Amino acid sequence: MPKRTDIQKILILGSGPIVIGQACEFDYSGTQGCKALKEEGYEIVLVNSNPATVMTDPDFSDRTYIEPLTPDSVAEIIRRERPQALLPTLGGQTALNLAMDLHRSGVLAEYGVEMIGAKPEAIEKAENREVFRELMDSIHLSMPRSGEAHSLEEALAIISHVQFPAIVRPSYTLGGTGGGVAYNMDEFREVAARGLNASPIHTIMVEESILGWKEYELEVIRDAADNAIIICGIENVDPVGIHTGDSITVAPIQTLSDTEYQAMRTDALEIIRAVGVDTGGCNIQFAVDPATGRRLVIEMNPRVSRSSALASKATGYPIARIAAKLAVGYRLDELTNDITGNTSACFEPTVDYCVIKVPRFTFEKFPGADPTLGLQMKSVGETMSIGRTFREALQKALRGLEIGRIGFGGDRREALPLRSRERQAELRKRIRIPGAERIFTLRAALDAGLSPESIYEATGIDPWFINHFAELAQMETLLEQELPSLLTDALKHADAQVPAPLASLLRDAKCNGFSDRQLAAIATRHQRDKAFTEQDIRSLRLRADIRPCFKSVDTCAGEFRAVTPYFYSTYNGTAGTGHLRDMRLPEQESTVSGKPKIIILGGGPNRIGQGIEFDYCCVQAAFALKELGYEAIMVNSNPETVSTDYDTASKLYFEPLTAEDILAICDHEKPDGVIVQFGGQTPLNLARTLAEAGVPIIGTSPADIARAEDREMFSALLEKLNIPQPENGTACNDENACRIAAQIGYPVMVRPSFVLGGRAMQIVHDETQLRRYLQEALSVSADQQILVDRFLEDAIEMDVDAVVDKEHVTIAAIMEHIEQAGIHSGDSACSIPTHTLSEATLETIRDYTRKIGLALNTRGLLNIQFAVQKGKVYIIEANPRASRTVPFVSKATGVPVARIATKVMLGYSLPDLGFTEEPKVSHFAVKEAVLPFERFPGAVITLGPEMRSTGESMGIDNSFGLAYLKAQTGAGDVIPDKGGVLISVCDRDKDAIVEPSRRLAALGFKLYATSGTRALLEKHGIQAELAQKIGEGRPNLIDIMINGQIQIMINIVAGLDAARDALPIRATTLSRKIALVTTVAALNAAVEGLEAQCTQKPYVAALQDYY
Amino acid sequence: MQRKPAILMLANGIWFKGVALGAAQETGGEVVFNTSMCGYQEILTDPSYYGQMITFTSPHIGNYGVTPLDDESPSPTVAGTIMHEMSPFTGHWRAEIPLDDWLRASGVTGIGGIDTRALTLHLREHGSINGIISARDGNLESLLEKANNLPLMAGLDLAKVVSCKEPYAYKPRGNWKSCGLRVAVYDYGVKRSILEYLAREGMEVTVWPAQTPASVVMASNPHGVFLSNGPGDPEPCDYAVRAVQELLGVIPIFGICLGHQLLGLALGGKTYKLKFGHRGANHPVRDVESGRVSVTSQNHGFCVDPASLDPEKVKVSHWNLNDGTVEGLRCTHVPAFSVQHHPEAAPGPHDELNRFAEFRQLIEQWHAKQG
Repeated sequence: MPKRTDIQKILILGSGPIVIGQACEFDYSGTQGCKALKEEGYEIVLVNSNPATVMTDPDFSDRTYIEPLTPDSVAEIIRRERPQALLPTLGGQTALNLAMDLHRSGVLAEYGVEMIGAKPEAIEKAENREVFRELMDSIHLSMPRSGEAHSLEEALAIISHVQFPAIVRPSYTLGGTGGGVAYNMDEFREVAARGLNASPIHTIMVEESILGWKEYELEVIRDAADNAIIICGIENVDPVGIHTGDSITVAPIQTLSDTEYQAMRTDALEIIRAVGVDTGGCNIQFAVDPATGRRLVIEMNPRVSRSSALASKATGYPIARIAAKLAVGYRLDELTNDITGNTSACFEPTVDYCVIKVPRFTFEKFPGADPTLGLQMKSVGETMSIGRTFREALQKALRGLEIGRIGFGGDRREALPLRSRERQAELRKRIRIPGAERIFTLRAALDAGLSPESIYEATGIDPWFINHFAELAQMETLLEQELPSLLTDALKHADAQVPAPLASLLRDAKCNGFSDRQLAAIATRHQRDKAFTEQDIRSLRLRADIRPCFKSVDTCAGEFRAVTPYFYSTYNGTAGTGHLRDMRLPEQESTVSGKPKIIILGGGPNRIGQGIEFDYCCVQAAFALKELGYEAIMVNSNPETVSTDYDTASKLYFEPLTAEDILAICDHEKPDGVIVQFGGQTPLNLARTLAEAGVPIIGTSPADIARAEDREMFSALLEKLNIPQPENGTACNDENACRIAAQIGYPVMVRPSFVLGGRAMQIVHDETQLRRYLQEALSVSADQQILVDRFLEDAIEMDVDAVVDKEHVTIAAIMEHIEQAGIHSGDSACSIPTHTLSEATLETIRDYTRKIGLALNTRGLLNIQFAVQKGKVYIIEANPRASRTVPFVSKATGVPVARIATKVMLGYSLPDLGFTEEPKVSHFAVKEAVLPFERFPGAVITLGPEMRSTGESMGIDNSFGLAYLKAQTGAGDVIPDKGGVLISVCDRDKDAIVEPSRRLAALGFKLYATSGTRALLEKHGIQAELAQKIGEGRPNLIDIMINGQIQIMINIVAGLDAARDALPIRATTLSRKIALVTTVAALNAAVEGLEAQCTQKPYVAALQDYY
Repeated sequence: MQRKPAILMLANGIWFKGVALGAAQETGGEVVFNTSMCGYQEILTDPSYYGQMITFTSPHIGNYGVTPLDDESPSPTVAGTIMHEMSPFTGHWRAEIPLDDWLRASGVTGIGGIDTRALTLHLREHGSINGIISARDGNLESLLEKANNLPLMAGLDLAKVVSCKEPYAYKPRGNWKSCGLRVAVYDYGVKRSILEYLAREGMEVTVWPAQTPASVVMASNPHGVFLSNGPGDPEPCDYAVRAVQELLGVIPIFGICLGHQLLGLALGGKTYKLKFGHRGANHPVRDVESGRVSVTSQNHGFCVDPASLDPEKVKVSHWNLNDGTVEGLRCTHVPAFSVQHHPEAAPGPHDELNRFAEFRQLIEQWHAKQG
């Protein structure tokens, strides 16, 4: 069947803001989907509230709506656009749920919109756990014993015939939000209640626990002619009981025999057929009893997923692209495998390497949260590595995680200063508890002499994996014994040939994935008076001609020639081969072209503060380079991204972002330039090392980047330019810091230098707080420096993004933060254009921006943060690199800022590129941050100078108020237009809430207030009912919140300690889905929005209508 | 464990140094590659690989050990094996013995530590080639000479070498319900799974040596004849071609792999050698009649030339989606069909298992028509 001609216009739903469990993998799948369908000539209408995505770039669809992903707004878009079809399978659980809502409410039927990719019936069968279970029964497949409950009573009835430990899974939640394991009755009540609450349909499954079983996932694709194939099997290294998003996973499956694997494959095909996913992809999870091979079906997702993104990157097979083509009627056998260019897409990829994914966590940002891993996903990002063996890939993955680890072992951080037997007992206890760093604890357990058997017993990790861990530990022991003397000797004779024993040992270590830095650390471990450096190892290694080779990811294990240049490095290459006659083996699969080439360094695994925004910039850079005829070479290790799609850049290296790995690529490619300013802090941190090794960094020079980041140099510069900044100082020890703080005067803002996302940044009000802070912070900063700034109270903050060439500075946008200074810019809502600043202030900001841009010799992007206090403009910081706001600015103004910046870096001037004027917009665009507090029960729910948001949404409309409301709705914080408002405000801000309260009352809200606030309101003639504080008697404010009387909670407190006290209130807003307002500024913006809503309808429009 | 060094020498002079596996002696054969990600034991015991040294493209081999349950013949039949890394350990519940121990006990020599991807790309570009693995001889020139003295696969009749010497009744592992039909299997190197799947259809299976005349097989009064898979070049197997020609139209016939090629030859067609063959578990095959695509297990170096077939007598029933080669034949006037791929899988996907039921139905229908 060729493609369908009865549909011309297709609506694609994105997944909205990045949240835990739903990240940029859906930008990747959605972007592929848009591209795949656009090239078929369909008109694409896209809805996604997330401006940081590549897919919302207006080039990828015909009609791009950055609007909230709610039934109302999508229904309005359907009314305007009248698409014939809706593709709901590329936007994660959000898109799937939204499509089902539109189906159930009759909107799709009313406008004749057909769901393609997965029919509502199929989605219902897969997503409704009870229906799915019956379906599995009907095809004779087993699932864990279980039952479905709609209330706590029903849950208790089920638990009577399901054994402990029992698993609770809420229906229709993403990433298993609200799920958990209960080991006893008390725990069960708690977990069941939480699960019921989390489920939008108030339903949970209670299941027999199969903790400790092996867990597998198969990615399946099926077409309308019933051809069905498996793209990839993924094995979880961590056993059942840990969410697959939080597990270390490996592809292909390593520990199943063909008999077992084929039976699982057959089951998977039967499941996709029974569920009836007839034109697209799905993901099916299985559990296998390690003792008997008994196999159970765990669940199925009738859509592309995080795992399918991983599977696509692991095999080269573009699942989302193919799924989109199938959705419009193509058969698999009508499509070509783009990687080989001339074989069929209807086949099963086979790989000849090992792929490992390791999740990245961020518990340090949520003190108080439980860091134990379980059924609910908690990781914020992941890194993927490719090696020829499990060991090589594991080491690459761990150093690619960018958490300061140099591989599997070598740094001995988990070593315990206890006597051997106690140490063993302690480590055995620790490895039982799955946490973010268990893999490293496990490494320490091997050092402490725990046997592979006892580690298996404690962790449930398959012995095959543990034995590889043990092999690496043995290798390290050998290296520790032999390296030091061999290195010492070889370094003495700088010109001589590297002795054979050393060369052979180094080669062996490299084949096992050891990094140069790791080898240096191992060799140095027992040295008294000398340290071997990474550079020592590197130079000896290069002298011995031990270099990696680059092999290609080709979907077919070499059976067919690949046309797509997608590579990974390995030391397991052709060393030890030769030839007696003329025939030779080729050295490298990655052939170096004669074209001018630029390498773009990506951002590595997502983390809070460094995510999709930077991937957007890297992707834009690749497009710009290709436009100019350069070969764009991407290096990244994040499988979720568009940047690591096989056709984004001209060439892709899937590699860890460490100096060693990048230098290896540079040695091979000899690029004309390397771009470090788009991937966030990761490549910036490498800039100096790369430049010292002779790598040509293009754009702003590493020296100038350092000049902006180094406080003293930067202060000196500002002084010269006569630009004010808050008084500040740089401290390198506690006493120093206290002295500086005292000089400046409290409160002060303190933070380590060279970190992103405001890691460990805090406002401290006195010396006690400062000393407490210093203890924590000094471990975070790489160079051990602490920056102390005067904190500007009640200031308004601004972000400016600009592009700078040699002579010109063009501002792309000035953004005004909604929240006051002191809240991290990444967590603050902001608006384009500014809405409260005077023209004079804006002129000052423009003037400062120009001066700094030129003074820093910026080439490319520049981001500056300003604060305005009492009419005076201060500069907070300047960063000559891409900022998180670049994609937001591009979407709000229609200017492709990152592309322009890329061209400037290559020598084009801004006048050449026609970008000389600050864009003027007649609409408002507001960006709002999305915070993951509901994932971290126990963590303090407050905004502060340390960034905690995972994603963002954008609202765009003709007035500031409506744009703000849309941004809130898009972020999932719908502000209701009627009901009860509970106001509890600290004294400092009491006066500021009088006016907004009056306006809320005028809008018809019923006001409730705590005693002090209420008295003030009454004094101003505003009626409010008393809400008793906790401890003042019942019913208290928590009671009335639980009873549904409150729709908006205004809870404004001063300082972190007060926020901690407010935790029960804020936690209740989360669990009861009550809108929470925590700042005066946000309150004012919300009121403005609600008022605007009364007089005008929100204007739903595509970006193409705005500019 | 310290392993002995070993060398793989190809007949064109390219050599690889690695470590000796299994028996760690010296062996030679045609070097081919298989891209399956699991199922190494089934591959190593598949008699179709007789005379060949298997390169596994999957880097980790031996992960789940060896169990007699997965044997396709009583012992390994390959000439040798080439891999990147042999897993010395397994914790798998089915494993009875580690792969290396099993290879040693079976006298099979292998080599590990090889860049199997580089080797595979070389075979893809230059075609399958003879080679020697040796853990005894370190002299490269001597190894090259030995490699060049090995016989070439084209023109080699190996079916009669690996075939059983005496007929026997196959004793199924499963307890299958009988349908009262008897099938005679020509053993050109038959895999156990094929016999088991025939038995699963309820048929009584008797296995005959490759060179048994058709008249002798017919005298045993079977309801159908099955032509098995097997190693080597089909063309020199004139005895088999003759037998098939005598059986065509007399009795329902089903052939797999070499059996398929022999059917093609018996129908007057020609076969040719592929550059590097099809060996793996992911080859897409389209059924001409239904249009459906199956993912199949394959292991063949030779192919039926579609241009050589008489369209009056036979139609191509299946095509390979990747390279357009013939994957199945169906006779137009007589009850005979065949497939080039392996419906019994082992290892590989089970998409084509119903070919065995199709054979049983063909037998039933034909005998019903005969009255």
